[in-house]
Amino acid sequence: MSSTSGLEAQGMKQTPGRPAMAGLQARSEAALNATARVAVRNLEFFYGDNRALKGITLDLPERQVTGMIGPSGCGKSTLLRVLNRMYSLYPGQRATGEVILDGRNILDADVDINALRARVGMVFQKPTPFPMTIAENIAFGIRLHERLTKAQMEERIEWALTRAALWGEVKDRLNTSAMGLSGGQQQRLCIARTIAVRPEVILFDEPTSALDPLSTLKIEELIDELKRDFTIAIVTHNMQQAARCADQVAFFYLGELIEVAPAAQLFTAPQHARTQEYITGRFG
Amino acid sequence: MSTTTLPALTPVKDAGVAASLGRRRKRLDALLRWFCIGATALALLFLASILLTLVLRGLEGLSWATFTREFQPTTYGDPEAPTGGLLHAIIGSLIQTAIATAVGTPIGLLVGTYLAEYARGSLLGNAVRFVSDVLLSAPSILIGLFIYQLVVLPMGGFSGIAGALALAIIVIPVVVRTTEDMLQLLPNTLREAVVGLGAPKWKMITLVAYRAALPGIVTGILLAVARIAGETAPLLLTSFGNSVLSTDLARSMASLPIAIYQQANSGFPDLIAIAWAGALIVTAGVLILNIVARFAVRSRS
Repeated sequence: MSSTSGLEAQGMKQTPGRPAMAGLQARSEAALNATARVAVRNLEFFYGDNRALKGITLDLPERQVTGMIGPSGCGKSTLLRVLNRMYSLYPGQRATGEVILDGRNILDADVDINALRARVGMVFQKPTPFPMTIAENIAFGIRLHERLTKAQMEERIEWALTRAALWGEVKDRLNTSAMGLSGGQQQRLCIARTIAVRPEVILFDEPTSALDPLSTLKIEELIDELKRDFTIAIVTHNMQQAARCADQVAFFYLGELIEVAPAAQLFTAPQHARTQEYITGRFG
Repeated sequence: MSTTTLPALTPVKDAGVAASLGRRRKRLDALLRWFCIGATALALLFLASILLTLVLRGLEGLSWATFTREFQPTTYGDPEAPTGGLLHAIIGSLIQTAIATAVGTPIGLLVGTYLAEYARGSLLGNAVRFVSDVLLSAPSILIGLFIYQLVVLPMGGFSGIAGALALAIIVIPVVVRTTEDMLQLLPNTLREAVVGLGAPKWKMITLVAYRAALPGIVTGILLAVARIAGETAPLLLTSFGNSVLSTDLARSMASLPIAIYQQANSGFPDLIAIAWAGALIVTAGVLILNIVARFAVRSRS
């Protein structure tokens, strides 16, 4: 996959509005051959009495990017928030069915939610730096789960910031407040903070919708880079983004998974009329 | 993406109407502006007048003896007699305010945290918030009466600890309100980001939410300190006041507001001057505390 990522990035720069078809094809074939890291089976989700997800069955292929698209309120973000049990924060929200990660149903009541969230990280729409220094931001997550020596911690912070393509920009000011970074830098800091815990799966909830085009490009390149090591799910309102980043794309509508297919197939030959209408901009 | 075509509007733009509406807008804008400026000027005038009087008359009564001597009877008509001071009241106020803040702040902080982080929208939470708001606006003499019944009568007399407790009860609702408000202001995604890393809720609150809300919470505590530093009514019924220096919490204790109240009421010019000095000390003390705390918070964040 790494051989296509360079081409991908180039294609993206030349024609920012269009998916680069060659890379899309290659990625899509890989999506078909990968094994599932997370398996969602007959998932139903309720906000109180309101059924927001209806019988979702979906695999997140190992070390692939799954794009989730659909109009507002279709349930794509809800699904993302099930995968790390974020919904458990809120009374009145519940899920039934199965979400299998390493042979365990993470919806089970006896699952250690904090340990789960260390394995399934999340990056949010708006950058959420903590009110502390850049280094402390990264160390915060690590300290929750590991005891590292000072040297190990410094090494891990450098590793995480490097993987998030931020190290060069902040290495001289690790001990200054993270609130002083630009929006795009803050978002990469949040990505660094997430990968510093070394999760298996990373969930991106519209990670670039609050960013300028250049920062968006950086995050997209980063996602392409990160899938060498992590299984990724990304919710996006931007179909070009899904085409640029995703190996597999799932289209949601009114709480149902209408279609899931390798990206090339979904964008060029969708099987369902709804998908066709959405990706051609007829509604949504 | 569906495009509904609206019927074309006939051009009704009348230059005369537009111009008169424009003049009206400008007039109203100027009117509101001058009302705001006028009200601000009026408020500032009162404030400046109070502060100026306080500083001028306070400085007149202020001397080294104010900080080193206890109360002395009037020197009126006897230039040989030593002038009195406010040492007993300053020390008494410091002790009672410090204890009250130390007792009331943690309770208020925890209640505010409960309301913002654990009891959002719950019936109990709403009830607690309501009671706290009632307490916030309750006449402080009531709190004095409450402590009088609860502490002074069983202990058999006025005491410094009773005064401190009465002040602590005044601190609690102020800190509750500001802590809750400041925590409510934090975006929910910040909480989710902390919890999303695998942090338990208590770590989210103590390590991130408090830190993010710190400036506001400190402001709330300062407001509370400023308020109790000038409270007189609840102390009349609890620590009562004392004309000599006493640091014994089990006995009646002096405080600046009561010393001001008693000496200002005495009718003797020399004692009234000391009362002014006391008022200046309370005001300056609260001001200095505010500046120092704000500076400390700013340099941290």
